[in-house]
Order: sequence, then C-alpha cells, then structure tokens
Amino acid sequence: MADATILSLVLYLPVAGMLAIAALPAGRDGVVRAFTLAVMVLQFLLSLILYAHFDPAVPGLQAATRVPWIPDWGVNYVIGLDGYNVLLVILTTFLGPLVTAGAFSAIAKQVKLFYAMVFLIQFAMLGTFVAQDLFLFYLFWETMLIPMFLIIGIWGGERRIYATVKFFLYTAFGSILMLAAVIYLVWSLWQTTGVASFAFADLYKARLPLEAQQWLLAAFALSFAIKVPMVPFHTWLPDAHVEAPTAGSVILAGVLLKMGTYGFMKLGFPLFPEATRLATPLIAMLSVLSIVYGACLALVQTDIKKIIAYSSISHLGYVMLGLVSLDLLGIQGAIMQMVSHGLVAGGLFLMVGMIYERCHTRELAAYGGLAKVLPVYSVFFLILTLASVGLPTTSGFTGEFLVLIGAFNAAWKPLAGTPGIPVWVAAVAVSGVVLGALYMLWFAQRFLFGAERVPHGPVADLNAREVSILAILVAAVFWLGLFPDGAMKRTELAAREYQELVAAKRAPAATRLTGEVPAEAVR
Amino acid sequence: MGLLTLIVLLPLAGFLLNGLLGNRLGKGFVTAVGCGMPAIAFAVTIKCFLDLKGGGWAPLSEVAYVWTMVGQDTFEVAFWFDRLTAVMALIVTGVGTLIHIYSTGYMHEDKSYARYFAYLNLFLFFMLLLVLGKSLLVLFVGWEGVGLASYLLIGFWFGDMEKAAAGKKAFIVNRIGDAGFLLGMFVLYSAVGTLDMPKINAAFMGTPVPAVSASLVGILLFIGACGKSAQIPLYVWLPDAMAGPTPVSALIHAATMVTAGVYLVARMSGIYLHAPEASSVIAAVGALTALMAATIALAQDDIKKVLAYSTVSQLGFMFVAAGVGAYGVAVFHVYTHAFFKACLFLGAGSVIHAMSGEQDIKKMGGLARKIPITFVTFAIATAAIAGVPPLAGFFSKDEILWFALASDRGGSVLLVLVMAFTALLTAFYMFRLLWLTFFGKPRMLKEVEHHVHESPLSMTGVLMVLAVLSAVGGFLSIPHFLEPMVALPGVRPGMDAYHYWVVGGSVAIAAVGLGAAAYFFGGDASRAAAVKAGFTGVYRVLSNKYYVDELYDRVINRPLLWISDAIFLRVGDRFLIDGTLNGLASVAQRAAGRLSRVQTGSLHKYAFLVLVGMVASLVWMWRHG
Repeated sequence: MADATILSLVLYLPVAGMLAIAALPAGRDGVVRAFTLAVMVLQFLLSLILYAHFDPAVPGLQAATRVPWIPDWGVNYVIGLDGYNVLLVILTTFLGPLVTAGAFSAIAKQVKLFYAMVFLIQFAMLGTFVAQDLFLFYLFWETMLIPMFLIIGIWGGERRIYATVKFFLYTAFGSILMLAAVIYLVWSLWQTTGVASFAFADLYKARLPLEAQQWLLAAFALSFAIKVPMVPFHTWLPDAHVEAPTAGSVILAGVLLKMGTYGFMKLGFPLFPEATRLATPLIAMLSVLSIVYGACLALVQTDIKKIIAYSSISHLGYVMLGLVSLDLLGIQGAIMQMVSHGLVAGGLFLMVGMIYERCHTRELAAYGGLAKVLPVYSVFFLILTLASVGLPTTSGFTGEFLVLIGAFNAAWKPLAGTPGIPVWVAAVAVSGVVLGALYMLWFAQRFLFGAERVPHGPVADLNAREVSILAILVAAVFWLGLFPDGAMKRTELAAREYQELVAAKRAPAATRLTGEVPAEAVR
Repeated sequence: MGLLTLIVLLPLAGFLLNGLLGNRLGKGFVTAVGCGMPAIAFAVTIKCFLDLKGGGWAPLSEVAYVWTMVGQDTFEVAFWFDRLTAVMALIVTGVGTLIHIYSTGYMHEDKSYARYFAYLNLFLFFMLLLVLGKSLLVLFVGWEGVGLASYLLIGFWFGDMEKAAAGKKAFIVNRIGDAGFLLGMFVLYSAVGTLDMPKINAAFMGTPVPAVSASLVGILLFIGACGKSAQIPLYVWLPDAMAGPTPVSALIHAATMVTAGVYLVARMSGIYLHAPEASSVIAAVGALTALMAATIALAQDDIKKVLAYSTVSQLGFMFVAAGVGAYGVAVFHVYTHAFFKACLFLGAGSVIHAMSGEQDIKKMGGLARKIPITFVTFAIATAAIAGVPPLAGFFSKDEILWFALASDRGGSVLLVLVMAFTALLTAFYMFRLLWLTFFGKPRMLKEVEHHVHESPLSMTGVLMVLAVLSAVGGFLSIPHFLEPMVALPGVRPGMDAYHYWVVGGSVAIAAVGLGAAAYFFGGDASRAAAVKAGFTGVYRVLSNKYYVDELYDRVINRPLLWISDAIFLRVGDRFLIDGTLNGLASVAQRAAGRLSRVQTGSLHKYAFLVLVGMVASLVWMWRHG
C-alpha cells in the first residue's frame, strides 16, 4: 500500500468509525467501546508504518495526496506528512486509543455520541496537522471546535456551560480574526501576483509590505496565542479543563493546545518573517511570562486539575520560546516539548480522572498519603510528576534542555539578521526549572505523602486496563528522554526550513507563483 | 559494551530488578541483587583502574550512544576515566558497596526492604553517571538523578509528612543550584560550542581563550555546586535530609553525593584556573560555610544533626582548598572524609539501632562498654575528623590549612586563621559528641537501657573496615597521585618557612579541642551547663541555626505565594483579564441560557449537520477533481 493511501486511511478511519457507531443500535455500549478502541488501535498501527517509512533526508511533503478542489480560488486538497507534523500526527494517533480506553468507565451516558465526538475530534485534529492548504486547514481548524464544545458541554462538570461558552467565545474570536487575515492574505497575493492560491508553499513565497505583515501576524498570532494559550489569553483553559471530562482534558492538553504552537510554526511565523523578526523580543517575553506566570498560578491552586492546567501554560511557554529562538536546537527542542507535554500532561489528566472516578473530588486538601493505599497509582503519578518537572531521562528534559540551550544561543549569538532574545529573558526562563519543581513536588507531597486521607475510601488501586494505559505512556516518556534521536532526525529538515523561512530576507521581487497542482497528483 | 558503560549499568540493573520484582522474589533475592550489583561494579572499577595504570595513565574513553544530533551539534552519552574519575569511582563503588552491606542489617526489619535497595541502587547508577560522564550533559543527568534518589530516600518513610517535606525541600533547594548549573552550561555552550569537559578545559587552557568570562561561567557552575554540596546560601536542605534512613545519610549525604560539587570544581579546573574572581568567591563561601556550620554543630543535640552540620562544615574545607587552586587537596579531603564521615554516620546508625531509635545525645551516655565495636570505630573516626595524627583526616586537613595560607592563588593569613579556628571547633564538637554518647552515666530510660545491644556483624564489620580506612587512608597521597592532571598551586614567596608551624598548629588544634571537650563534658558536665547559662542568647541563636530557615520562609516562600495568589491570580487573572472580558461574559451568560435549552436530541442533529457538510465537501472535491 502506498504511503499516501495509508495517510488517507489514517485520516478517514475516524470518520468511518463515527459512521459505523452511528449505525449501531442504541444500548450496546460495550460494543461501541470495544469497536472504538479497535479502530483507534488500527489507526495508530497504520500511522506507525508512516512513521517508519518517513524519510528524514527528504525535504518537503511525503505520503502526499494532491487533488484540485476549487480551481477558481486556487484551493486544492493537499495533505501530506512533513517534519512539522509527523510527530504530532503520531502523538494524536498514539493518544487516541489511550483516551478511548481511559473513558471506558468514566463515560456512562450517551456513550455512542461520546465516541462519535471523540472520532470527530480525532479526524479534525489530524486533518489540521496534515492539511497543506490554508483553506483546508481552516476547515479542519474550525471543525475541531464543535466536538470539543460538545464534549465539555454534555459530559462536563457542574459549571460546564460557563466553561464551554468561555472556551467558545475565546476561540471563536480568534478564529474570526484568522479568517479575516486568511482572506486578506490570499486576496493581496492575488492582487500583487495575479495568482490565487491557498497552498502553504505558495503563501510562503509571498512578499508583503511590513505593515501588512504586522497586521496579519497580529491576527494569526492572536488566534494561535489563544489556542496555546499564552498569557494573557489563557483564562479559558483552566475553566475548560476543570469542567471537561477526563477524555476532553486529555485531548485538550495532549493535542489541541499544540494546534496553537503548530500554527505559529507552520503559518504564523514563516508567513510573515519580517514582522516576526521585529516581534521576536516581545514574543520571547510573553513566552517567558507564560512560563513564570503559569508556574506561579499552579502553585496556589487547590483543585488538582487546575494545577495541571496552569502547568500546561507554563510548559507551552517553553515551546514558544524555542520557536522564536530561531536556533536549530531551540526549534527542535520546541517540537520535542510539544510531544512531551502531550504525553506528560495527557498522562497526568488521565490520572486525575482515575482518582476522580474513585473519590469524586478534585480538592487537593481532601487527599493525602495515597502512596500507602494506592502504591501502583502513586508510582505512575510520581514518574509523570518528575517528567513534568523535566527530570533528565524523561521526555520533559529533552524538550526543556534543548529549548533553553537554543534560547541562550539566540541570546549570545543570534542567527544573522535576527534580533535574538534578550539575555535576561533567557535567564528568567531558567527559573521555570525551579518553579516547576516547586509546584509539582509540593502537589505530589500533599497528594501522595503524609497521613492517609482518601475521600469515599477505601478504594482499589489501578486495574489492569489503567495500568496498561499508563505503562504505555510512561514507556513513551522514557523513550523520548533516553533516545530522542530517531524522532528528532525526522523533524530536523523541517526545523531548518522553518528557520530559513523566518530568518531569511525574501527576494525583493515577488517570486513567480505556480498556483498549480503538480502533475503527480494522486487521489 | 565497554567496561565503563558496564559500571554504570550494573546498579541500574539492580534498581530495575529490585524495583519490579523485589517484592515478589523475597529478601534473599533483594539482598543478593542489591549488594551484588555494587560489588561487581566495584570490581569492574578496579579493573578499569588497572587498565588505566597499564595504559600509562592515558584516560579511557567510550561512547555509549548518541543522545541526539542536531546539525553540527552532537550530544553523546560518553564516559571518561582518568585519575580523577578513578579516585571518585572507587570511593563511590567501594564505600557504596560497604554501605549496601551495612544496610542489610540496618533495614532488616523494614517492610519496604526491596524499595530501599532499589532506590539505593538507583542512586549509585546516577552517581556513577555523574563521575564517569565525559560531558557536562551526562554529568548533569547524573547530578539531577542523584537529587532524585536523594529525594526518594530522604522521604523514604513518607507516611510522616515532615520526612516527605524534607525530601521536597532537598529537591527544590538543589533545583535552585541546578538552575545556576544550567545557566553556566548554556553560557559555556554558546561560547565554546561543546559540553565535552576535556574539550572545555582544553579550550580555556589554550589560545585564544573562549570569548566568555571564565569567572561568570565559574560562578554559575559553583551555584550548582552550592546546592549539591550544601554551601551558603543553599546548605539548608542537608540538615533536614537527616530524615532519611541513617545509611542513606552516610552514603548520599556524607560520603558521595554531597561531594559532587567539589568534584565539579576540580573537574572544571581548566575554567577556574582562569577565573581568579570565581575562585575567590569559592574560597570565601567555603570558609564562611565551614565556620558557620561548625558553630551550629556546637549547639545541636541530635546525633545526626551534629554530623550533618559537620558535613556541611567539612565540605566548606574542601571548597577552600578548591578556591585556592589546590584541587588535588580538595579531592584528598573528599576521599578521607568519605571514610571517616561514613564511619561516623554508620556508627551513629548503630547507636540509634542500639537505642531503639533515640537520637538525642542528652539521653545517651555510657554506651562505650555496652557497644564496644561501635564505640571504638566511632572514636577512631572522631579522632580522624578532629585531625589527630596520623589518622586520615590529619593529612588532608593539614594540607588544606597549608594551602589556605601559602597558595599563590589566594592563600592568606586571614583564611588560614578562620580555617584553623573552625578546625578547633570541629575537634571540640566532635569530642563533645563522643563524650556525651559513650561516656558518663547512662541518661536513657530503663527500658531503653535494657535493650541496648551491639549491632550484627553485617553492620559492625563495615564499621571496622571504615575505621581502618579512616586510620590509614591518609598515607595514600591523593594530591600527589592527581598532580599530573591538576597541578598544586605554587607557594607564595617566603611561606616555606611556615610549613612546620602549620603542621604543629593543626596537631595542637586537635589536642586543644579534645582537652576542652574533656574539660567541659567529662564528669557531670556542670561546666558546660555553666557556660551555656552564661551565653543563653548565643546558645539560642546557634541551636536555632541562626534562624536561617525562618528567614528564607519570610523572604522567599511567603512573598512568592503572596505574589502568586494576590497579584497574579486575583488581580491578574480574575480582575484584569476576566474582568476585561466581563462585557463578553455577560453576553455569554445570555447565550448560555439559550444554549442550555438545546438538549441532547438536537445536538445529535448538530453533529449530523457537521457530518453532512463534510461529506458534501468531499463529494464536491471528488466531482471537481
């Protein structure tokens, strides 16, 4: 089977799955669960083939499918894998089965609809990553909103309506701005070159006046920054996490937030390089603000889910810092940090869900001494805590270390033509290492150690299903901590391309655009 | 797989075996694996040492694998074995094995026997990574890893919140140091383009010198050393770390891990030789720490706390040596200290074991005859740390005092006076400890006294080995052995004449300390009580450790929490951001009212509509394709 076919299979399997469970008669929840898990596992295995076949030495798209779609507007259906998205696609398909299995016992109402929504969001997320055409990208981007909105709104906690509305308003606001920017971008391209195209590859070649770039970057950046989220656009996240069911939180933290950072890397920064270079110190400062602010807020939370929600803000600050460092190590670190955060925060949210199912509260003060009563749970929790803290040998270290080393490279000897990062900003970023340890270990101490306090106890330790889920996650966390090279090889060319796109001065005259679909278009 | 990799992997295997299977396979298995792996690692280290010697002392080097490679930047997991590594690795595996054996006796009754040995092996794994690593990156992995092991072992009895809190405190304070270490590493990397330590040293020793201030890098790395090796201002975690099982205090918090900072400075001597300012800072911090910790030790009544402050103080001695450029001497003291301090801690463990868990020396006394092996070994180690010739501590401490005075890299009269006074305090508080514990009338409860018994051979045997090493270890001149790698500093002009004064002085110091302790604490200790009564204010400050913990709490902890809560959360998130969104939120409220009426039936429809849209687009795409 050609890789392009496999990629299409991976992308559309969730749609097939959704249709299939829609056709199932009601009341067969067990079948729905098993079927969803089977499809998710199949999808992951297929994506592994793609990962194995992915050639790190080939620049540009692999396993690509290109089909003309709306020729008049220059819209093509183009999907494919490249160094930007390959790890994120694997992350998404990897988390899919874990999310599914993790929700087996937690979701009791509307099981069919729930898994249909999980399928839909899986489809939309993968689509956003593999789309190589802005029109297609935007479609998938918007589609993601709906299932997430429903997952929080139907299966969420008590204040779910408030949380969904906040989530919806924030992200819809960002989306509208982005839509306006997309239209303007394509329109002005058409105006200057006479070619209408939504292809990323064409848009990269556009050369806009600085002022236009700045406005467009602001619009894109706002949309992405809300998604990441960067301080001060983050207040939707804690509410959304707290109210979302476990699966929603895992998807949100695991993959959805990376839409923002991926968007910056694939679109926001490379599309508007001059504006980006001008804004680099500002973005670096906001990134570091996110790192510190998120960590400080995590320190004073009393709800265990909020602690992890705020820790996400802090950890994604590192991703942004790595991206604007424009240093190869920093960029690679940012990508690793995205994947690592998906695994670690995803895992922590799963674990919060597991304890919530048993004890029915998220108040940290209600717990204590779990290590005595739930030893297996505690071991996994501690491992994920340490990965979150960025302890060497875990994936958290790989990302943080490379991002910081990149930030310092950018501070001391920035890439030619880029402003780099102020030294003090890079130095303050290192304080996140201390703050991260402070809130996570304090959390672990109150949660796992001391005198036993188990609400609604006694409760049973993890069952085989839960242990399997966590063991798989933890294995991935260590794998990326100890042997990151295989994954990083696959992203290196993309990191270089990104670096060149943002750092290079574009040729003064607009490059001739093709606006055509290459001949080898496959369906 | 090379031998160096094998040394590192053996304890890791021990950790995995005992961690995953230990509980199922029973104590015999745990003991065999837990002690066997370090013992084999020790044997392999000796083999490496012989290879090193056989190869004319050319360093052994091996690459385990490439961690990652980005463009030109390669980060390898590589190991390096030279004279300095040899000394450190032999101490770590040798003393480490002894303490594992001791632990089989000490932890015999503990329910979490397997977990204990798993952690101890994990510690050894990271410690070996630290001393064998060729690059700062590998060293740092070990550096953080030993911090983790320390965290787990301090909080080993985690049911007690205080112990868990002590573990966390150790981790956090170390992390502050590690942030400095990271900064140093990043600055170095930007300037030199490598983290490979031999290359970094060579870069600073060669020309042109890297375009970065050696003192800046030196001080940043030293901040890391301050954390791990418990120097001012980051020493506060070590006394609390005594919450861990006593063999852990001996291995991690006395003999090996806490000396990692000294090792780091010695290993990076290429930088420090070109960083006179950083070196002065190290010497000053070392001297201040040594003095301050020694004064605190005077007024502690917990046998382990006295030893803990003593460790902080002795680490200060090592840094003084490193600060005046006598790196070989610093490592010499690491080496002798490993023997006598491990012996003291294990002896203290044996005492606590005998006393049914009691640690307060005021409730001891008269133990000498009841636990004679513990007493004799403890006495030898006490004499060694006090600097009684010809025991091990005498040689290393004498050399530190000598270079504190005579080094042409920052030696001075003031420095040697401070250190000599500290040495005097050391002799005094150590003999005080010995006296109150082993001599005089028993002050414990009758039922405790009834239970006092000598420890099993697994413990006393180890004590005897360490006592012998504390006695004769000093005859092996480590500075001389390391000389080809790190030369000793020159002697200031006109100082040679004072060498015998220093030797004589340090003998006198030990004698005076011993005499003073005997005078004050011999008999009924009424003289000591009189002194205490005369200086109640001073005594209170000392026994409360200068109130540094309280100070940090007020100056750092509480302001941080206040800012996070009052400024960031209440003003930032709730007032500014969400407040600004209030207009939108009120709209949202109304929308929510309507939304909540949209119940599940129509949501189905909603999802269905989305699907229809998707399918329609796909069909359209297909038709137009």
